[in-house]
Amino acid sequence: MEAYLDNSATTPCLEEVKEIVVRTMMEDYGNPSSKHRKGMQAENYLRESREKIAKTLKVQEKEIFFTSGGTESDNWAVIGAAMAARRAGNHVITTAVEHAAILQCFAFLEEQGFRVTYLPVDHSGRVDLEALKEALCEDTILVSMMYVNNEIGTVEPVAEASAIVKQYDPRIVFHVDAIQAYGKFRILPKKQGIDLLSVSGHKIHGPKGSGFLYVSEKVRILPLILGGGQQKGMRSGTDNVPGAAGLGVAAELAYTKLEEKTAQMQKLKERLIAGLLQMEDVTIQGEAGIDPALGAPHIVSASFRNVRSEVLLHALEDKGVYISSGSACSSNKKIPVSGVLKEIHVEKALLESTVRFSFSALTTEEEIDYCLEQLAQIVPMLRRFTRH
Amino acid sequence: MDYRTFLIKYGEIAIKGKNRYLFEDALVRRIRHALLKVEGSFTVRKEQGRIFVDCEGYYDFDETVSALQKVFGIVGICPVVVTDDHGFEQLAKEVVSYMGEVYPNQELTFKVDARRARKNYPKTSMEINADLGEAVLDAFPNMKVDVHHPQVMLSVEIRERIYIYSTILPGAGGMPVGTNGKAMLLLSGGIDSPVAGYMIAKRGVEIDAVYFHAPPYTSDRAKQKVVDLAKIVAQYSGPIRLHVVNFTDIQLYIYEKCPHEELTIIMRRYMMRIAEHFAQENNCLGLITGESIGQVASQTMQSLAATNDVCTLPVYRPLIGFDKQEIVDVSVKIDAYETSILPFEDCCTIFVAKHPVTKPNLNVIRRSEEKLSEKIDELVKTAIETTEVVTVE
Repeated sequence: MEAYLDNSATTPCLEEVKEIVVRTMMEDYGNPSSKHRKGMQAENYLRESREKIAKTLKVQEKEIFFTSGGTESDNWAVIGAAMAARRAGNHVITTAVEHAAILQCFAFLEEQGFRVTYLPVDHSGRVDLEALKEALCEDTILVSMMYVNNEIGTVEPVAEASAIVKQYDPRIVFHVDAIQAYGKFRILPKKQGIDLLSVSGHKIHGPKGSGFLYVSEKVRILPLILGGGQQKGMRSGTDNVPGAAGLGVAAELAYTKLEEKTAQMQKLKERLIAGLLQMEDVTIQGEAGIDPALGAPHIVSASFRNVRSEVLLHALEDKGVYISSGSACSSNKKIPVSGVLKEIHVEKALLESTVRFSFSALTTEEEIDYCLEQLAQIVPMLRRFTRH
Repeated sequence: MDYRTFLIKYGEIAIKGKNRYLFEDALVRRIRHALLKVEGSFTVRKEQGRIFVDCEGYYDFDETVSALQKVFGIVGICPVVVTDDHGFEQLAKEVVSYMGEVYPNQELTFKVDARRARKNYPKTSMEINADLGEAVLDAFPNMKVDVHHPQVMLSVEIRERIYIYSTILPGAGGMPVGTNGKAMLLLSGGIDSPVAGYMIAKRGVEIDAVYFHAPPYTSDRAKQKVVDLAKIVAQYSGPIRLHVVNFTDIQLYIYEKCPHEELTIIMRRYMMRIAEHFAQENNCLGLITGESIGQVASQTMQSLAATNDVCTLPVYRPLIGFDKQEIVDVSVKIDAYETSILPFEDCCTIFVAKHPVTKPNLNVIRRSEEKLSEKIDELVKTAIETTEVVTVE
């Protein structure tokens, strides 16, 4: 038996996605920039994909730009927006629990002379909106916040945050990293006040190397990749037609029967949490730790006291159960453990004992039960042998 | 200059008397093997106390030299110009054009060093030296002869064909692998053991290796790292049969039964026992470890004696008198360092005690091991039976 519970790292590709990826590689392989019929044919795939994606967000097709994935979308949004508004001010805001693809960009902006505010979070990982209100100032040009935390599944109050920002100054650009949220939540940029939105393809059963950035027509950002002027000069480089076409299909499928699927994932999540809490010395982190009904439906972060996350991960792997260790632990103690867990003040002893289980619409109840069975055997065994 | 031939100089093996041909043949085999991975078509031939590598068609000079520089037994690699004998006049022209191309407009001192392997050549070596020297002097006013300390030693060897060279690129030294038997290297994921393997291979010894992994405490990536390190050593030593032993159950059993501060020593004694089993099974004449006196608790004189106690084969410890920095220097030189410092847990560090014994008493250790008598033989047998063997090239 195998249980793949690491869907926040990546997901298997769907058959329908594979079919269009193969077709655009083998048969309709044209370059959309070519003037001839083959180019036109390829361009149609981009158009259809944009159409499908725009529909899921209720936005315009021209507001969708294909990228190489989540990291590029995040980089482009943060750096592109900051650079475009440079003359209006030099203050930018993000949160302390963002993904490295965001945090590294803000560190870069800091080096470029921007002032950065990192908003703190509470014990469940929710951003402190009061701190946001205090941080906003005349110089603020950009606020970037994640929709769902990738490590602990906490859902951030993006709409409320946007309302605060826009009320202060509607010109401030509001970016949302929705990489863990797209395909799990109904996201409506126009209603939620989102100007820029990053999405990755392979987290929703699409191909790796695909993703998009939604750019509201009201917002100006600078392109980061310059060249042949593809995608209206905003993102040059020969269009990744297989990636974009696959992403379009994956997006459409992700939003088909969405509520049914998220309800199913939520049910599995509650089943897993209930099972985990029957074990000794297990703590659920993030919002779901307060109430399993809270938080994203597909992420469970759990700490096993006196068990090293990496060892647990490898022991489970041996049984065909795939999870993620919440922290980058290693024999080299100089390597820092997860910033998110520290930000939510997880007890020190648990920092290296926290793992993440993450689901997709394909996850089954059998997988959850199998995982729990294996944990019940492995965890007590690992606790018998600990480092002194 | 487009060189098509390399003259291979070998040192130590030239003095091995009647066994000389064995060493030369081993060197030729090793050179051929090393060149298999280089793009191009190469012929390696032996001729009157010389080994030549001829390159046909496209090849990359630097890539070829770098491969040859990893072959033990080679002391120097000389890129040579080969020409047919069309009389001395023609030879003088060739030599002048060689000097002009290799040292264009350079002010330098040189000396001609001619050798006549073909004794029927019309001039003696002395005459060739003088006449070629004169031709070079005539052609390049910037060049001067210095017979005592020349900057350029221009060698001209007269055989069936004539070989002209003046550069000797350094080789790896040592002796051709395969001329001194085989030994079993205890390979961990660290800095020391690959260096130890390299140093013993340098003396002509073939290498096999054993690695102890401890899933789930060590990961597949840690194992891959060891395979990668074996690959680096194999560039010098030739193919390595890597034995991957699952050590978890033995380790946990020792952990449960024995005093914690003795864990590392007892563990290492079992590693040596298992390594020796595979050594004997594969006709190895010794074990190799990367130990260095006093580096860690398990490498004090007492600890070394305690682990050595279980071995009947000689244990070679080429780094025994090295400081860490000296080991690191070799590790960097053989390109193993970057891989060695990748941060993966290895099985020696997972359960290590805060204060392990540094002066183990052999009798005490033996008595502790008696506590394992119930299950240990079975566990060792299982570990040996489930060992996975990977051939690394």
